[in-house]
Amino acid sequence: MQTDDLISRLSTGLTPVRRVAPPLLAALGWMALALAVVAIGVTVSGFRHDIEQRLMLMHEQVNLAAALLTGTAAAVAAFHLALPDRSDRWALLPLPFAAFWVSGLGWGCLTEFVEQGVPALGISLGCMKFILGFGIPLTLFMLWMTRHAAPIRPAPVAALAGLAAAAIASVGLSLVHHLDAAAMVLIWHGGSVLLVTLLAKSWGERAMRAMSRRG
Amino acid sequence: MAAAAFLAVGFRVSAAVPDSRAMQEARWGEWLAAAQAGDARAYDRLLRDITPRIRSLCRARIREPAEAEDAVQDTLMTIHALRHTYDPERPFGPWLTTIATRRAVDRLRRRGRGAGRESNIDDLPEHAASVAPVAEERIAARNLRDAVAELPESQRTALRLAKLEDLSLAEASARSGLSVGALKVATHRAMRSLRRRFGVGEGENDRADR
Repeated sequence: MQTDDLISRLSTGLTPVRRVAPPLLAALGWMALALAVVAIGVTVSGFRHDIEQRLMLMHEQVNLAAALLTGTAAAVAAFHLALPDRSDRWALLPLPFAAFWVSGLGWGCLTEFVEQGVPALGISLGCMKFILGFGIPLTLFMLWMTRHAAPIRPAPVAALAGLAAAAIASVGLSLVHHLDAAAMVLIWHGGSVLLVTLLAKSWGERAMRAMSRRG
Repeated sequence: MAAAAFLAVGFRVSAAVPDSRAMQEARWGEWLAAAQAGDARAYDRLLRDITPRIRSLCRARIREPAEAEDAVQDTLMTIHALRHTYDPERPFGPWLTTIATRRAVDRLRRRGRGAGRESNIDDLPEHAASVAPVAEERIAARNLRDAVAELPESQRTALRLAKLEDLSLAEASARSGLSVGALKVATHRAMRSLRRRFGVGEGENDRADR
């Protein structure tokens, strides 16, 4: 087909379109929904028995704030990066927060090791289920909102969507689940967040394309 | 003196170029904003006006002209699919450049993947291909090209995406804007009419028409 013919075909019968929402507004909308969903999850599961003591602990506050900031930054970055005219560097926005979060947990592991020796490690599938259970649907919702990114930068947008959703879910999980050892938090929270991010990165483009075909 | 005048003119020209480019992009932005509201004439004018810019962006990455033109068409289709992502408050240039660059890079990547299956005839030792089969092949290829050119447009697009570029139906549907069903029907019809034309039996070659 000649390029001229293609242009004529594209422009005949052109229908008006609704512009996508500004990225900050979209991020705000998604955050509101994500926080509401996770809050419902926390209410249904019930707070951990020692919630009041835990929230008084400095490292716990830092951990929660870092996870929340990572999720927020990833959401803001994803909605910006989904637009063709924004810089690729938006992808870097959540990195400092994520590094702060991981290094906080790592530091916790180290002090625990010095004080108590090798921690008792166990398997906490409950953690993983919570983060996957809330993280994957919230990721899908953001992929639907950013589905216009499919022809431009699907993988980074999808990975950021996964990171945002899983980090928010991890904040909820910290309020629910009784997990004291920082090493356990690092392995099961961190591992689950990483898993959701990687799943989103590899399957995100397919999901976006499937959702944009449906409208 | 003359040199100074020349320099001055040169300076003015080079200073004028970015300015006119900015004005041009501002105009394109306005046209796209009108197209978002449904103005088909503004849209047609925009696409025709930006095609040379897209072409130069694609040619900067793809040397082969036909391949570059395919990237131009891919870019136009992506612009069509993403026209709702343009914010008229922002410059048009980066929006266009990202889309065109992505499509050109995609083309190159796909070609890189296909390149392993092709071999340049000039690289083969001389006895590997005697003259007659090559000539015959060329004639057959020419006939096939002519036959494909005579197919209706939708069938040709379907054939190009599904058979030549080896895209999955889902990918071909995303790029052409045709539904999977329509693509299947168009590919099937295209294959049938090509077979009929070249006298290949309907039953014996069904595997080619997956």
